[in-house]
Amino acid sequence: MLKMKYRELYCSSPRYWGGLASLVFIILIGLGAAFHMEHSGHYVTGMSNQIVWGLPHVFAIFLIVAASGALNVASIGSVFGGPMYKPLGRFSGLLAIGLLAGGLVVLLLDLGRPDRLIVAMTTYNFKSIFAWNIILYTGFFTIVGLYIWAMMDRKIAHLKRPIGFAAFFWRLALTTGTGSIFGFLVAREAYDAAIMAPMFIIMSFSYGLAFFIITLMAAYWWAGRTIGDLRLAKLKNLLGVFVGAVLYFALVYHLTNLYVTQHHGVERFILLDGGIYTSMFWIGQVLVGGIIPLFLLYSPAFTHSRFAIAVASLLVLIGGFFQVYVIVIGGQAFPMSLFPGKEVVESTFFDGVVAAYTPTAAEALLGIAGVAVSMTLVAIGARMLRVLPETLEDPQEGEAA
Amino acid sequence: MSNRDDQPDMNRRAFLGQTALAAGAATVAPGVLLAVANGEADEGVTSDVRWGMLIDTNKCADGCTACVEACDKENGIDLIQRPQGQSDEMWNAQRPQWIRKLKVRDTQTGAVSNLPMMCQHCEHPPCVDVCPTGASFKRADGIVMVDRHTCIGCRYCMMACPYKARSFIHQDVVRQRTNAPRGKGCVESCNLCAHRIDAGQESTACQEACSAEGHKAILFGDLKDPQSEIAQALKAHESRQIRGDLELNTGVRYSNI
Repeated sequence: MLKMKYRELYCSSPRYWGGLASLVFIILIGLGAAFHMEHSGHYVTGMSNQIVWGLPHVFAIFLIVAASGALNVASIGSVFGGPMYKPLGRFSGLLAIGLLAGGLVVLLLDLGRPDRLIVAMTTYNFKSIFAWNIILYTGFFTIVGLYIWAMMDRKIAHLKRPIGFAAFFWRLALTTGTGSIFGFLVAREAYDAAIMAPMFIIMSFSYGLAFFIITLMAAYWWAGRTIGDLRLAKLKNLLGVFVGAVLYFALVYHLTNLYVTQHHGVERFILLDGGIYTSMFWIGQVLVGGIIPLFLLYSPAFTHSRFAIAVASLLVLIGGFFQVYVIVIGGQAFPMSLFPGKEVVESTFFDGVVAAYTPTAAEALLGIAGVAVSMTLVAIGARMLRVLPETLEDPQEGEAA
Repeated sequence: MSNRDDQPDMNRRAFLGQTALAAGAATVAPGVLLAVANGEADEGVTSDVRWGMLIDTNKCADGCTACVEACDKENGIDLIQRPQGQSDEMWNAQRPQWIRKLKVRDTQTGAVSNLPMMCQHCEHPPCVDVCPTGASFKRADGIVMVDRHTCIGCRYCMMACPYKARSFIHQDVVRQRTNAPRGKGCVESCNLCAHRIDAGQESTACQEACSAEGHKAILFGDLKDPQSEIAQALKAHESRQIRGDLELNTGVRYSNI
């Protein structure tokens, strides 16, 4: 049996340093944007008392959801015993940590008082799912850190399986927590559904794997190493299943809502006449994020096309971003029904009307910087730790990699 | 070792003693002064009372905004400056509004009602449930408010509130009133004029203004005291909670809607 050798991503080339420098540049711009928002106040954003969570939250939730999903590859390797996935476990852990950190940076910098992080970390209201999430996030870093250690250090290799199990359950709890942020909001018609939690889990499977495929391909291209066709095909087929599952959950969510007369308004808004949100749902989430990737992944014409896999993964991410946007912003834009059976004729506070939201550049730059933080951490981590196998050539006949 | 004649002649022990005394006095004095100034407020609030309101929408006049103006003045909302060059729509969407006037029409019958909308001071407030730090809290006397020392500005309470009663401070706070401290980046909402109640008064700015206008649409008082005017009125006439389906047991009730 061939022994799997891991080596740091060693690139002395301008390709690595140039890439890193551009990522750091993006982060600096994002920090400047965050400073602008905090210094002037949130009035410089498109957010208001109507749309209280804006574009930064979309980025943050997207990255956090993807983070727990990125760990799946490691889980399949060490918890469910998939030999083809085993060599990818370390990188999967690193990516998960990177994505979560990126998402949390955005979430933190978008707070009204980010300087009070210490308050958030020390004063807890345990009835708040948000407070639980703070614990789930910090725990995730710790457990996945230990998990990577167990995968890398032969001395504690026997702990790999139990820690792997713990990490797997923790990531399920984490995404349940993230989904429940919305699921527990009784007041808003677009939320307040228990299906939010499992839907977020399946979304995380899909986005996380798409992120994983893209970063893996990019890293191997960066380092000039090879990935075998068989391994990519496995990842690709899995992604297809997840993309289909996300579509299925979206279908069930909307069908359930359509059955409830009270929710017809919000459904009509998202599915028919919500303007930008309707377009984002049908074109962004369903077409770009679902149907086209499924076609690229399963069409016989693209069986051996790596380009198709990369494009499909990218589209899954773009579609996923729109999906989170529709959930977060669309769900807030639709007016809350304070007086069922009555229409609001006059209000100084936009009661009964669809709330307008146009994100500003500062919000977008902060969000993009979050993605850059994730990618920088992954690039530095892969440069310093032995997380990537020297080669991911397919195993020879009768051999387990 | 040289003889340091240039040093002032000072009795070391006496100096230390006096310094300690002065420091002690400086530490304690503000507390003492505050306690004296607060007077009765030091007693703390009790759950023997529950403050609430009954709003008679029949008496609430179309086009009248006396309650809103009074609240703005009482709580320093009128002191908030509009950022330069901001559009009307954005200013309305971003400026804090503790109380707002609504006109609603029944889609079947066409009946029109006017009413003020504000924090409903729920017995089971969703904003308090979701607040990660516990900054959003309910006092023993039923008033729901925000501790602006622990609010991190996450705005989850605003997502959770069924009444859109909460406002985030989007802009710099240049001037504010001592009875309604305000912080950029924190959330706030109607606190039933808690500063008045803590000073022993039994009135709110909006209720006072409404009465002064002669409408008397707002009744304020102790829901738990069976002899209070509000408790009697609630017992005598039908009233309802907004979003009663959520079973939050609001402290603000409406009649004739």
